[in-house]
Amino acid sequence: MKKTAFTTSETAWCPGCGNYSILETLTGVLNQMETPPHQVVLVGGIGQAAKANQYISANGFSGLHGRSLPAAVAIKIANDDLTVIVNTGDGDSYGEGGNHFLHNIRRNVDITHFVHDNQIYGLTKGQPSPTSDPCDLSHKINACNMGATFNPLLIAIAVGATFVARSFSGDKEHLAEIMQAAIKHPGYALVDILQPCVSFNKKNTFAYYKQRVKPLDPTYDATNKLAAMEKAMEFGDTIPIGILYQEQALTYKEKRPELFDAVPLIDKLVNLEDVQALIHRYI
Amino acid sequence: MYNILLGGAAGDGIETMSALLEKMLKQSGCHLFTIRDFMSRVRGGHNFTQIRFGNTLLHAHRDSLDGIFAIDETTYREHQSQLSDDGFILCDESLSIDDHRALKLPLKAVAKELGNPKVISSVAIGALLKIFDFSLEYAADTLKNNLRADLVEINLSALHRGFDLTKPRFGLKSALTSDYLLLSGNTAIGLGALAAGIKFYSAYPMSPSTTLLDFFSTHGDKMNVAAEQAEDEIAAINMAIGASYAGVPAMTGTSGGGFSLMVEALGFTGIAEIPLVVVDVQRPGPATGFPTRTEQSDLKFVISASQGEFPRMVIAVKDHTDCFYQTARSFALANKYQIPVILLSDQYLADSTTTIPILDASKIISAPTTAAGDLDENDRYRRYALTKSGISPLAIPGKTEALVRIDSDEHDEYGQITESADIRNKMVEKRMAKLELLKEELIEPEFWGAHQCQSLLVGFGSTSGAIKEAVDLLNAKENHYGALIFGDIYPLPTKRLKHFASQVVEIINIEQNATGQLASLIREEALLCCNHSILKYDGRQLSVDDILTGIKNLKGGF
Repeated sequence: MKKTAFTTSETAWCPGCGNYSILETLTGVLNQMETPPHQVVLVGGIGQAAKANQYISANGFSGLHGRSLPAAVAIKIANDDLTVIVNTGDGDSYGEGGNHFLHNIRRNVDITHFVHDNQIYGLTKGQPSPTSDPCDLSHKINACNMGATFNPLLIAIAVGATFVARSFSGDKEHLAEIMQAAIKHPGYALVDILQPCVSFNKKNTFAYYKQRVKPLDPTYDATNKLAAMEKAMEFGDTIPIGILYQEQALTYKEKRPELFDAVPLIDKLVNLEDVQALIHRYI
Repeated sequence: MYNILLGGAAGDGIETMSALLEKMLKQSGCHLFTIRDFMSRVRGGHNFTQIRFGNTLLHAHRDSLDGIFAIDETTYREHQSQLSDDGFILCDESLSIDDHRALKLPLKAVAKELGNPKVISSVAIGALLKIFDFSLEYAADTLKNNLRADLVEINLSALHRGFDLTKPRFGLKSALTSDYLLLSGNTAIGLGALAAGIKFYSAYPMSPSTTLLDFFSTHGDKMNVAAEQAEDEIAAINMAIGASYAGVPAMTGTSGGGFSLMVEALGFTGIAEIPLVVVDVQRPGPATGFPTRTEQSDLKFVISASQGEFPRMVIAVKDHTDCFYQTARSFALANKYQIPVILLSDQYLADSTTTIPILDASKIISAPTTAAGDLDENDRYRRYALTKSGISPLAIPGKTEALVRIDSDEHDEYGQITESADIRNKMVEKRMAKLELLKEELIEPEFWGAHQCQSLLVGFGSTSGAIKEAVDLLNAKENHYGALIFGDIYPLPTKRLKHFASQVVEIINIEQNATGQLASLIREEALLCCNHSILKYDGRQLSVDDILTGIKNLKGGF
C-alpha cells in the first residue's frame, strides 16, 4: 500500500447507493491535499454514512450513534495538527446527535462535518429521519414526518455556524469543490450532502434530486446572514446547492490564546514543578 | 480537640465565614476537618458547616459539639441537642434562645456601628477565636489574602471588636510544626490529575462534582489543560474519549445522574480500549435524589454499568490524601490496561476540607509511554493486535505513519468492523485477559485495629476516617475490633479479607447506603457473608458516633 495516498476498500453499502460517489469524491479531495493520511482523522457515528471512515485509508474513529461531534472536536482540541473530518448521516447528526449538533456549531472548532443526508434511516431499514419530507395524507409514502421537517441549514446558521453548505452526491464536481472549501474553512463547517437511498427512500430519488438541485447564482452573497436564512428555507421544486453562508469568525482555539498556540496541546510538556507550586498554594 | 458548628440560612455568608475561620485556625496551629451541609438552594433554608479542630490529624467529623454559632433560631433548634453541657451557643442578643448555654452578644449592634451589617460574621469569628484562647495574630493576613481590598479594614475592626466582647473558655495546645495543606476532596482529585499529566477535562455541571470543573476552568490555561463544559454528560464523556484517542490524558467527572447518561460511552471505552478516568462524586439517588448530600449507593451501578462485558477498574477514594494519589494512579492504570477507571468519591469528601501532609507530585507513577505504532507485514498498524497479555501496543494518530483505527463495533486486529465468530471470541478473550492481569496489582484493603480481632468491620471509601476512629475508641475498651477498608473495590481484592474472615467471630459491613452493596459484592466475589450491617442513607455522612451507636445496638441485640 502506498502510504502517501488515500485509498478506498470494499464497502458494505447497497449497489447504487449515493454513498459511493461521496466516498470517491472525498478520497479525491483528500488526495489533492498536502496532508498525508496519518494526519487525517475521519470520525463517524453509527449508520450507513458513518461507515465511510472504515473504507478510506486514514486514521479512523467509529464512535457511538449520534456522538461523533463531541469526539471530533476533542480530537482537534487535543492535537491541532490533525485534520478532522466527520462523516455521518442525517439520523446520526440531526436526530440522535441533535443536542451535540447545536452546541458544537457554537464551539466553532476547526472541523468539517459532512452529513450524508438521504432523508431516511437506511441501516435500520426505512424509518423517517428528522429531514424526511412532511407527510402528505393524500399521497402516503412510507417514511415521512408527521411533525415538522428539520431544516439543518437554517438551524446551523441560526446557532452561529460559520460555514453552511449543501451539495448533491450526483454532482461530483460541485461536491468536490464544496468539500475542499469546507475543509479549508477555519472553524466548524457543515455540508449537508443530498444522496439517494436506493433501497428505502422511494420519493427522494436520484432523479428527484437531479431535477431540483440548482447551484447558487454566482452573484449570491454568502456573507449576508438574513439572506442565507431565507435561502436555507428554499427546499421544494428547486433546492439550492452551494455555500449558503460563510463568515470569518474566531475559532475555538483563537478564542483561547492562553492555552492554544503553535504547539498543539498534545506536545505541551507537563511541568511537575508547576503542579507542586500549585499544591503549595493550599498551605 | 473541639467541634463547632456555624449555621444560618443560604446567603447568610456561612461558607465565607467558615473558610476564613478555618484558615485562621490552621494558621494558629490547628489540624482541621470541616464538613459542609447545605441545601440545594441559593437563599434561605438552613445551611451549616461543622469545624472540628485539634492538635492531631483529623479524618472524620463528630456529631457532639462544643460550640454553636447561630445566625438564626433555626440553627439553635436543629443542633442544640448535639451540644455538650458545657458548650456554648454564640448568637446575637436579639435571638430568643432560652438556654443556659447561650452566649448572647451584641454582634449585630457592633456590625451596624461599624457601618456594614454583613461584617457580623467577622465579629463572631473574633469572639470564637477569643473563646478558644487564640490570638488575632494571623487575622489581618488571612483577611488580606481572601477578601477584596476595600473590605479588609472593616472586617479587621469587626474581628477585634468581637474579640473584645468575650473571654477565653477553652484552651488548645497547638501542634503544627511543619506545613500542611488545607483543601477539599475535589481539589485533591484535581491536583492528582494534574500530577498525572491530565490535558483534557470535560464535564457538565452537577453537584457535587461541579467544583472539579471549576478547578480545571480556573487552573486549566496555566497548567495546559483544556477544560470544556459540555452540553450534557453524554458529550462530556465522548469528548474525553476523543481527546484520549488523540493521545492526551483525559478525564470526565459527574455524579450518579450524569454517570447514568455516560453509560453507553463507558462501554465504548471498553470495546475500543481507550484509556479514560471517570469520576463519580456520589450523591443520594435515585434520579435527582438529594443534590447536595452524600451517599455510597452507586457502587453496584458503576461496577456493572453499560451493556456487554468489558474490563474496568473502580477505586473508592478514602480520604483527601487518597483523592490525590489514587486519581494519579487511575491515569496510569487506565493507560497501562487501556480501560476505563472509575473513581468513586462522594459529596462528603468532595466538599469537606481538612489539613493533610503536603502532597508530593514527584511521587506519581507516570503512565507507560505509548508504543511507536509499528506496521506489520502488510504495512498496516494493528491497533488491536492479539497479544498474550491482552494489551495491544497503543499508537497515537498523527505521531507515526500508523493509521490508528478504533471502533465501537466488534472489530478485527486492525480496528475494522467484523462479524466473524472467531475474531469475536478472540477479542472478548483479549479484553477480559486484561482484567486478570489487573487483578495481580490490586491494593488489598487497609487493615486497622487489633490483629487478633474477633469483630471485623468492613467498609469502603469515605467512611474510612470514621471507621478507624470508631475502632480506636472501641479497642480502648475491648481490644478485639479490626477493620478492613477497601479502596480498590472492583475487581474486589479478597486475599486479606479471606484471611481475617477465617479468624473473626463476626463481620459487620458499614456503608452509606440502604442495601449493603459492599456486603453484596463480598458475597459474590469472596463467598463470605457479613453477619451484621450498619447502614445510613439519610444523606448525612455516617459519623464515628453513628458507628459506635450501631455497634452498641448490635450488642444489645445479642
